[in-house]
Amino acid sequence: MKFSVIIDAFPYLLGAAVTTIWVSLLGVLLGQVIGVVVCVARQSGGRAADIAGGVYVSFFRGVPLLIQLLLIYYMLPLVGIDVPPLVASIAALGLASGAYVSEIYRGALNAVPHGQSEAALALGFPGSSIWTRILLPQAFRISVPALVNELILLLKASSLISVVGVAELTRTSQTISASNYRPLEIYLAAGIIYLAINGALALFGTLVERRLQQA
Amino acid sequence: MTAVSQTVPLSRTTVQGDAVPMVSIRGVGKSFGTNEVLRDIDLTVSKSEVVCLIGPSGSGKSTLLRCINFLEVYDRGEIRIEGKLVGYSEDTPRRRLSNRDLRDLRRNVGMVFQQFNLWPHMTALENVAEALVQVRGMDKAAASAHARRMLDRVGLAAKADSYPARLSGGQQQRVAIARVIAMEPHLMLFDEPTSALDPELVGEVLQVMRDLAADGMTMVVVTHEMGFAANVADKVAFLDRGRIAAFGTPREVFHESTEPRVQQFLQTYHERNSF
Repeated sequence: MKFSVIIDAFPYLLGAAVTTIWVSLLGVLLGQVIGVVVCVARQSGGRAADIAGGVYVSFFRGVPLLIQLLLIYYMLPLVGIDVPPLVASIAALGLASGAYVSEIYRGALNAVPHGQSEAALALGFPGSSIWTRILLPQAFRISVPALVNELILLLKASSLISVVGVAELTRTSQTISASNYRPLEIYLAAGIIYLAINGALALFGTLVERRLQQA
Repeated sequence: MTAVSQTVPLSRTTVQGDAVPMVSIRGVGKSFGTNEVLRDIDLTVSKSEVVCLIGPSGSGKSTLLRCINFLEVYDRGEIRIEGKLVGYSEDTPRRRLSNRDLRDLRRNVGMVFQQFNLWPHMTALENVAEALVQVRGMDKAAASAHARRMLDRVGLAAKADSYPARLSGGQQQRVAIARVIAMEPHLMLFDEPTSALDPELVGEVLQVMRDLAADGMTMVVVTHEMGFAANVADKVAFLDRGRIAAFGTPREVFHESTEPRVQQFLQTYHERNSF
């Protein structure tokens, strides 16, 4: 063990960690949007929407993320869409996350008592307002712990995008250790950085939960 | 919706001999599968009248009430509110109204639920103001000001910024009533409004309902509070196995009815409430 190796590599690893963080955040945001849309469509969009949503969820939950990533990366150019690795990565993360998030919201919606939307219905609320003002805010509260969990899983899963050449934390660690032959030190440092990021996310989640409970 | 959607002040007096009743129920029936929960119900509610629906559990009281604002779909007969058919088109064969048309109907019909159904993520004030913004299209400031006056009317101005979880059951139900009267409904439906309350909290909710009745609100109330039915109702309907078994003034139903099921029900009620 030579700590000087870690110190020398640290600025590069931190820079790569920033890429990891924002790619993951974009993936999570995309996943949230997809998840909410899929969930609402399955619940209120009729049978066809429910079936389409079901197929989407079983595909993206059932196929390993690595395979999804490679499929998106290699398949899109075949149909004439040339995507940079970064875009393919964010899309893959978002699509995979969306499948899980839609199921998280489905479970949370089942926990909202029926009387909640009935009260709004009886007052004459339009369906869209019942979703945006009554159901989704409550479902979100209920699912905060599961969503934080999903965020942490996704951030770790983002290490997979190293295979398509995005210079995030894992890929950068591989590159550095291949040139200085110090894999143990470098991967140890990378592991600690992942741990620190996820520790911060967990703390953030606890704060959000506590904040929402006061209401 | 023209004259129907006009707002009516709560302090209006009874219009005598009004041609169109507030609610007119004719031959209404409903089945869940082979189980007939409502059979051939006829009931008329005039403007500013208070009608109580009483009867044993499972007699169809709540189902009938929920058919009036079409939260429950009735299969046979017709229900009219201010002359307008509830839930269906006027064509034959009739078809179910769109959600948009149902909304027009429901904005004039308020409903108070047994479980209050306040929205837990909003303060008392926000609970009352929300429908004013979402349904009436008021701007936030005007809605808040109006909501504050409604909370004041049910004696809860001081609790405007409290979340429902911090309120007693009686206070929650009064907020729920404020939420409904803020919409200036022509008709209010109450579905066992005090059944989920601790006994010492029932009085405050009944008092608010008495005040509303005194102000001329038209009310249909499903209740197990026989005292309220006897003292406040203009008419009482006793339901048993999906039929109206007795109907009349409280005096006629409680004291003069010879219907054995009514007598049996009242006897059980008295035994349960004496000690």
